[in-house]
Amino acid sequence: MATITDPVVRVHKREVIDKAVLRFCGDSGDGMQITGSQFTNTVALYGNDLATFPDYPAEIRAPAGTLPGVSGFQIQFSSSDVFTPGDSVDVLVAMNPAALKTNIKDLKMNGILIVNRDAFTVADLRKADVASNPLEDHSLDGYRLFAVDLERLTRAALAELGLDAKSMDRCKNFFALGMSYWLYNRTMDLTYKWIEDKFKTKPLLVEANKMAMRAGYNYCEATEAFQVSYEIPPAKLTPGTYRNLSGNQALAMGFVAASQKAGLPLFLGSYPITPASDILHELSMYKNFGVMTFQAEDEIAAITSAIGAAYSGSLALTTTSGPGMALKTEAMGLAIMTELPVVICDIQRGGPSTGLPTKTEQADLLQAMFGRNSEAPIPVIAASTPGDCFWVAVEACRIALKYMIPVIVLSDGYLANGAEPWRIPNVDEIPGIQVKFATDPVGFLPYKRDPQTLARPWAIPGTPGLEHRIGGIEKQDVTGNVNYEPMNHEKMVRIRAAKVEGIAQDIPDVVPAGDPDGDLLIVAWGSTYGAITAGLKAARAKGHRIGHVHLRHLNPLPKNLGEVMGRYRQVLVPEMNMGQLSMILRAKFLVDAQGYNKIQGQPFKQSEIEGKIEEILG
Amino acid sequence: MTTATIPVLTKKDFQTDQEVRWCPGCGDYAILSAVQSVFPELGIPREKFVVISGIGCSSRFPYYMNTYGFHTIHGRGPAVATGVKISHPELEVWLATGDGDSLAIGGNHTIHMLRRNVGIKVLMFNNKIYGLTKGQYSPTSEFGKKTKSTPFGTTDRPFNPLALVIGADTSFVARSVDVFQQHLKDTLRKTAAHSGSAYVEILQNCNIFNDGAWFDLTEKEARSEHVVQLEHGKPLIFGKNRDKGIRLNGMETEVVHLGNGNGLTEKDILVHDEHHPNPAYAFLLAQMEEKPGFPTPIGVLRSWDRDRYEDVMAKQIQDVIAKRGPGDLSKLLRSGDTWEVR
Repeated sequence: MATITDPVVRVHKREVIDKAVLRFCGDSGDGMQITGSQFTNTVALYGNDLATFPDYPAEIRAPAGTLPGVSGFQIQFSSSDVFTPGDSVDVLVAMNPAALKTNIKDLKMNGILIVNRDAFTVADLRKADVASNPLEDHSLDGYRLFAVDLERLTRAALAELGLDAKSMDRCKNFFALGMSYWLYNRTMDLTYKWIEDKFKTKPLLVEANKMAMRAGYNYCEATEAFQVSYEIPPAKLTPGTYRNLSGNQALAMGFVAASQKAGLPLFLGSYPITPASDILHELSMYKNFGVMTFQAEDEIAAITSAIGAAYSGSLALTTTSGPGMALKTEAMGLAIMTELPVVICDIQRGGPSTGLPTKTEQADLLQAMFGRNSEAPIPVIAASTPGDCFWVAVEACRIALKYMIPVIVLSDGYLANGAEPWRIPNVDEIPGIQVKFATDPVGFLPYKRDPQTLARPWAIPGTPGLEHRIGGIEKQDVTGNVNYEPMNHEKMVRIRAAKVEGIAQDIPDVVPAGDPDGDLLIVAWGSTYGAITAGLKAARAKGHRIGHVHLRHLNPLPKNLGEVMGRYRQVLVPEMNMGQLSMILRAKFLVDAQGYNKIQGQPFKQSEIEGKIEEILG
Repeated sequence: MTTATIPVLTKKDFQTDQEVRWCPGCGDYAILSAVQSVFPELGIPREKFVVISGIGCSSRFPYYMNTYGFHTIHGRGPAVATGVKISHPELEVWLATGDGDSLAIGGNHTIHMLRRNVGIKVLMFNNKIYGLTKGQYSPTSEFGKKTKSTPFGTTDRPFNPLALVIGADTSFVARSVDVFQQHLKDTLRKTAAHSGSAYVEILQNCNIFNDGAWFDLTEKEARSEHVVQLEHGKPLIFGKNRDKGIRLNGMETEVVHLGNGNGLTEKDILVHDEHHPNPAYAFLLAQMEEKPGFPTPIGVLRSWDRDRYEDVMAKQIQDVIAKRGPGDLSKLLRSGDTWEVR
């Protein structure tokens, strides 16, 4: 056993490749998300482009070893552009039979399969509903199988530390991580640093996790388990400073940036909900930016406290997912009526009702557009990649503050938890946001509008001479007094609609990616960006003339969209819903938009988009 | 906070040009008048006042107060007010609400605002009925009450509003009555002087849908028999001839007679301590109105100081700034592991 920890340098073949897809999967107690994010940070820092897909169960700890308890983390990393986490997997690390059973279908033929042999006892197989041992029944013959005694080897490596068996077994994911680092010739330094930081109060665990990882690395070095290791050179990204960023982190930083640019304190009213809670967690760390985070008693208090904060002059924000959006609808109407700038983030997940809390979907578009009583238009914008979430946050605040209006931001579970390398902008690349509070009592009226934007003045409590009353009852035009007259109501309904429509003059025209005219235009929004971009590239390489418009602004739509759609013979709208954007496009433009709909709680694969294009264009 | 430059304000300064639209004879007029009388006395600039409300007859209140005002949605006033107070702790935030708005649809926000001790003064107009929706029973309507929605009588027990908010550890709990103008104004002054959450139940008559709900208390003849005024440091004595008192007997309160030969004197009577450290004391007082033969206590049941939520939050922000220095956006964007691409 001494050979495990003592490096014996052997000569392995090293192959330079362009890209790889790696997936760690195991029980939700096996630390797969940590393993995956450590690997991600390491390859990011090395300079690869990447995309990740953490896929975990809604249960924190389903019974150990069972199928519902399987948690996975997938990463595609490359020396060229990466748009998706990858359709299929080159290397699968499976910690138990349940993980193997649920993930093996995604492993490429002849792909590398690393399994923890210690977790394949009769009892383990039964828990995973597996009749015969796949390590023995030749069902895995199509793969390069490496059955490794992860537990026994980890225990042997840690024998001298005097830890109990359970604590030692908890380190086995780091053994697997060490193996993965060896396989792709990566340094373990960053993870060493992370372990030291994470367990700084428990020196024994620092030692144990580091030793386990080193043992995994040395195991590959010593045993010639793999004949080849791989090298993936850094990607040629736009020059700049980069960091790895998830969608929720990006939103949080974007809102801090907007608050700084606007010179307003940031207020977040939020109630924990998957997959939006990380925005609350992130922002609660930024107190030194003056960020006020209020964990409210419920979703309604989360938005109404934000409305109160907006009324009194803060940059106000609330974050949630679909079920929370449903609870906030009446309050959104109040923000529309009182014309206050509140940003509402919906990190979509599978529904309806509780649905699939940890799985992704983009089926809240119509809810965002129309899910309120009466005529209640709200600007809606959507992020397309994790890094784009930053810019969308800034844009949402810009619109909310300039137009004195609530704004909905749509992201989803896939963007929220997925990560990509993000070029860090200079602070002066972030657009400035002008804010002017009303201060002059002469001629002040709470609903006297800016003729350009139709924004009403923002007169915050504490300002002498501007005392006034607002509320949810219909307002008299200009004065803002309570008013029930028929013609005034119609006028106000039309003004509120015109205010939203007017924003179209203030957003960029769409410019299609790919061909500017031709056979097919793909119109899409949100997190489908990566799969469509990759699919489009492949389909165009086959000679098709295809364009791709990815909408950031969904309400109002960019003003040239109708004209752009007219340049193509067909329009295809891939969505992770039953056809919500296509319904809007068909209604608004009378265009024969075809839907391509996937409602599985999983993002589109590149091959699915390619296949659909092929089906249409033949 | 207040300076010599503040103009002297009068009741008129707090009246708006909007026509007051409560039913003639509604108890709300009296409450509005008392508030408009007390606000100018407080030495606070008018622009610092924010009057917030939910939905219901009581919630029209902000339209008639010439301050900043926000008529929000049903039950959510406490949450909107909390957002205002966190953003601007220096504002003087008052909440007008009713038994339906505060205890039915807004019950959750109410208890959480109170447990946090956000510095908001709540005036809860309790008329034991839904007035604006024309006469359904409310969470404070008595058991068995026949209303439009309960023609055969209610089948659910009412809330005791003050017992409820004492349970939420409210730092100031009081009760007054719409028609007891002097007592109401005095209670409002004490409310204004309290820094944390204050919850004032104002017994209010809806002369259209629940006329005479508080008749036993307000009727001149019976008033002194059915009401005991709480005054800090004074014994709980009531009755036309001030010959009855409240005595503590173990875990119970009891009504006793003084000077009728039973040897009991004022010394035997419970002395009111609004700062009593044990909320069980205020809870006993709150429950008296439900006990047959007991007077309804009015005045301040409980008043104690604890840190306000908005101040604790502001201090935490200041502490983090002191420790880490003010946030630097450029540094934030570059935090964590970064790499250069050339």
